[in-house]
Amino acid sequence: MVAKSRTTQDRIFDLVNYIILGAILLSVLYPLYFIIIASFSDPDYINSGKVWLFPKGITLEGYGRIFRDDSLIRGYRNSLVYTSLGTTINIILTLTGAYVLSRRDLYGRKLFTIFILITMFFQGGIVPRYLLIKSLGMTNTIWAMVLPQAIMVWNLIVTRSFFETSIPDELLKASYIDGCTNTRFFVSIALPLSKAIVAVMVVFYGVWHWNSFFDPLIFLQDEKKYPLQLVLRSILIEAEVQSTMLDDTETAAVMERIADMIKYGAIILASLPVLFVYPFAQRHFVQGIMVGSVKG
Amino acid sequence: MYSITASKNRHSENMKSNRFIIAKRRILKNYDLYLLFIPTLAYFLIFHYGPMYGLQIAFKDFISIKGITESPWVGFKHFERFFNSYQAWPVIRNTLILSFYNLLAGFPAPIILALLLNQTNNRYFKKLVQNITYAPHFISIVVIVGMMRIFLSPSTGLVNEIIDFFGGERVFFLANVDYFKHLFVLSAIWQNTGYSAIIYLATLSSINISLYEASIADGASKIQRIWYIDIPGILPTAAILLILQAGRVMQLGFQKAFLMQNPLNLEASEIISTYVYKTGLLAAQYSFSTAVEFFKSVVNLALVLTVNYISKALRQSTLW
Repeated sequence: MVAKSRTTQDRIFDLVNYIILGAILLSVLYPLYFIIIASFSDPDYINSGKVWLFPKGITLEGYGRIFRDDSLIRGYRNSLVYTSLGTTINIILTLTGAYVLSRRDLYGRKLFTIFILITMFFQGGIVPRYLLIKSLGMTNTIWAMVLPQAIMVWNLIVTRSFFETSIPDELLKASYIDGCTNTRFFVSIALPLSKAIVAVMVVFYGVWHWNSFFDPLIFLQDEKKYPLQLVLRSILIEAEVQSTMLDDTETAAVMERIADMIKYGAIILASLPVLFVYPFAQRHFVQGIMVGSVKG
Repeated sequence: MYSITASKNRHSENMKSNRFIIAKRRILKNYDLYLLFIPTLAYFLIFHYGPMYGLQIAFKDFISIKGITESPWVGFKHFERFFNSYQAWPVIRNTLILSFYNLLAGFPAPIILALLLNQTNNRYFKKLVQNITYAPHFISIVVIVGMMRIFLSPSTGLVNEIIDFFGGERVFFLANVDYFKHLFVLSAIWQNTGYSAIIYLATLSSINISLYEASIADGASKIQRIWYIDIPGILPTAAILLILQAGRVMQLGFQKAFLMQNPLNLEASEIISTYVYKTGLLAAQYSFSTAVEFFKSVVNLALVLTVNYISKALRQSTLW
């Protein structure tokens, strides 16, 4: 039907459209692809601009050097711990909070909602927040990584909207008649019906924790507790090379060459977990946005 | 039981106590919901209202050993110091320039992507472009800035290799005051366009198909369909999103500006939040930096309220 009514103008449009979209696709894909091939290539070839489409002078030296020093691996391990514990806390608090707020028969529901929404529009700021965490004795501990962001208001609202729209009131009434308590209803009826939103929230919070940079920067002083992103910052942005990654005899020029190799490898290693969950996550991300937009 | 008591007591005072009884009954009925809510409530009280209490140090001279409450009041001293300092205007200006540039350039990009994607007949190609373009959204800011440094490096960066190949002069992008804002905004577009396009694509797919059928029957070209059906179709969504984003203009991301900063581009890259971080947490001028950020929060709140007001007015008259 559509094909029949295609005019020359439409054909030109299609052609231009594919060219533009192809260009957009390449502009996103190529930098990512380049990092991958560069991480396997000899830096001399990269720096002389000879690495374009395929890795040249294939070497795993960059990765080898990374594993010589334990800072990145330690960062990795720290990030895994912060992410899993943080996300668990996020999920428990967000689900219970959102469920309670979604109950229309809750006395004081509006007051609670306003109480929470205010914090979205007005915050105390960096310094009062820092002073608070310090006075709670949480600085330089794992608690500063997982508690200050235990609930994100936007995610709470999205989850509440989900409960409001997908758990029918009739279900609640029926369970009441059968003598089911609120807690029981939440745990054994509402939650099993909400797997989709739980998945979305795990992804939202998990990616947030994994990529989190600001909280560790201000709350952690001990380098041994640094998560991956802070380690990456020193490798990628401050261009610091740990002495253990180098041999004693290496000159400044060689050091720079090694620093480059380490950068590519570090980016790949840091992005692996995210790449790993990506196929699973992207579907849920779309869902999450849609749930949020229903009632923003 | 409630109806019996209600009919017995007709005086207003008793009505009040009646309301109290009803409230009590409703609370008691759902007492376990309140128990479930305690952690949430405690979290917001401690971690959000706690810092709000601490905001008072903006009007005090904070002394660590005395604590927040006992430190002496000094009125607007810190605000005066900020506005009289030579950094005040550049920092405010940088924040505004970056925010509005980011908003104005970043806003149309996902709309254009969604409109183009919506016109592709090849489902697989569409899916491919979509999935690839929103991948960068998952990449951390540290990696994004690290990639920028790699690609824009004056000696070995790909971009400069290309410039060099075509006989141009190599540019040290990240050390350049003029390039900073473009890099800041372009990298944001690169990272977020695909992700932001999702909502527009969904809106486009909800447009009534009979509109397209009728327009095709009338011989409308694709460009005409975009112009007369697609764009009016997503306009309400776009308007709301624009308004929402405008309300967030002052909350410009600290992280990217901070990570992209170096001594050479500081003139353009110092924004309010990086300035607050440095004076507050690095130089330990707690009260002063809290005052600076408080100023930012107030401006931001005013913006949000204005924008909310506008959006309400718009929704009533034009959008619905």
